[in-house]
Amino acid sequence: MIASFLAGGARLTPARLTAVLACCVATCALIAIVTPLCGTGLPGQGLELMSPAAIWSDDGDSTIYWRVRLPRTLAALLCGAALAGAGCAFQAVLRNPLAEPFTLGVSSGASLAAVLAIRLGLGSALGGAGVSAAAVLGAIAAVVIVWRLARVGDALPPATLILAGVTVSMFCSAASLAVQYSSDFADVSRMLRWMMGGLEWTTYATVARAAPAIAVGALTLIVLGRALNAMAAGPEAAASVGVDAGRTQTLAFGAASLLVGASIGVAGPVGFVGLIVPHALRAVVGPDHRALLPASMLIGAALVAVCDTLARMLGQWPVGIITALLGGPFFMLLLVRGKRSADLWRS
Amino acid sequence: MLVLADVGCGYGAAPVLDGISVRAAAGELVAIVGPNGAGKTTLARVVGGLLPARRGTVRIDGRDPARTPRRELAHRLAYLPQRYEVAFPFTALEIVLMGRYAHSRGPGLDRAADVTAAQAAMVRCDVETLVDRRFDTLSGGERRRVLVAQALCQGARLLVLDEPTAGLDPSHAIAVMAALAAERDRGAAVLVVTHDLDLAIRTADRVIVLAHGHVIADAAPAEALATPAVAQAFGCELHLGELRAGGRFLVAR
Repeated sequence: MIASFLAGGARLTPARLTAVLACCVATCALIAIVTPLCGTGLPGQGLELMSPAAIWSDDGDSTIYWRVRLPRTLAALLCGAALAGAGCAFQAVLRNPLAEPFTLGVSSGASLAAVLAIRLGLGSALGGAGVSAAAVLGAIAAVVIVWRLARVGDALPPATLILAGVTVSMFCSAASLAVQYSSDFADVSRMLRWMMGGLEWTTYATVARAAPAIAVGALTLIVLGRALNAMAAGPEAAASVGVDAGRTQTLAFGAASLLVGASIGVAGPVGFVGLIVPHALRAVVGPDHRALLPASMLIGAALVAVCDTLARMLGQWPVGIITALLGGPFFMLLLVRGKRSADLWRS
Repeated sequence: MLVLADVGCGYGAAPVLDGISVRAAAGELVAIVGPNGAGKTTLARVVGGLLPARRGTVRIDGRDPARTPRRELAHRLAYLPQRYEVAFPFTALEIVLMGRYAHSRGPGLDRAADVTAAQAAMVRCDVETLVDRRFDTLSGGERRRVLVAQALCQGARLLVLDEPTAGLDPSHAIAVMAALAAERDRGAAVLVVTHDLDLAIRTADRVIVLAHGHVIADAAPAEALATPAVAQAFGCELHLGELRAGGRFLVAR
């Protein structure tokens, strides 16, 4: 019944928006509180829940909670919010449910830059943030190249954009492989580890570096919500009701790239979150971006925090593997159900 | 209100429109007709500021629409595109409410005044029962009426509608034209691109006939559609007649 209220109605009323946000905030808060308490004792011992009292004690548990798990959870929340928000914005601007940092070449650009940085021994530059910084630059460079390639006059046709994204993505992947092939064994293992995406070395400093960029990107997108709704009918239709379509595309694209870059800088490439979260939520809260964008960010945050906790409990797996392993089948389920109801590939 | 003087434009090297001079005044309903590929949609897009003119001037209330900020332009001009495909499952009411975009700022929800305006426009287009239906599940004719409602609720004084009656059954086509005529009576200038010559002759104050990017007739409906050049451009005979009960009709043979 709650689900039908969240999805139903002719328009997004204040009551519905409040209900959607309350559900998402509650989910996100619950996950944020519970996941740092979850852990395993020795490997293979199963779930061990830290008691909240232990957090405030003077023993090792408190150190594990404050020094290791909490910053890691915060980073996971930030990355999840950034990736899901960016995915939602890409889908809105490109009017394409397949748009995602990965399909647009952003992640491959970041990976290539990170691989190059490792190859050139920049890993310890900028106080250990050299690879992250390179990845952010790579993400931005990929966006600029894809943007330039895809632009036809003032317009940004979705088909050419996806094509440009795939082209850049393939080139970057091939270049990454070439760099890896010519590198020594230790570097290759470091590169592979980075490309799998992970949060195990997160500190408060990492969180503090990424948080401002993610906040700016997220707020920009939320302010654009109404314009993004109108963009669902294409730039000309949006322009005819008063939306500056070019500016909206540029701002949304820029903000989404900032979010992806910041997230990649923290966790490496983490796939599927940007694709699946907005997609699944659209079926629950409806297509209005004034609700869908904040809901995607909150649920994306919760999802990556849960995935990272699973990854941590499995013995420090990279979180990217977990999101892809959970996300892949989930997306297939959406596809199969969508094909049956002709819901997913409408228009 | 709307003045086009010697306008030329196109998409590639070849001009689609050449030497177009057209005016529309407040309180006037003008039908733009012509065979396929005559440049009707291109003309509508030029007026809508979506395609800049290469030559000549386009003015809406003295300003070039292609250089007016879109939000400001949306207060003066409502433009209904010929093709409209929406990517996500919005409801009919949400689609109509998009027409109120220029009236409020920021990320907030729709104001009560906007919702009232949208609902009133939906009543005028006979789509008020579709409010919570998904736009993409509506029939072609229903979608068209929802989009006319979107254009009406924008509250602009110049309406440019590219085939507003395409895919509509006769009674709804007449109803939509009546709603547009009511806008005209309230002082709006209404430009309608249409293939329905009979509807044009019944409702329009003036008919502009385009062929090969040129205006070949611009006069009162019966006069404009009776010229031999127009019949030749359409490639068929156009028979004008008078109904016994009063009013004209047109049959193409």
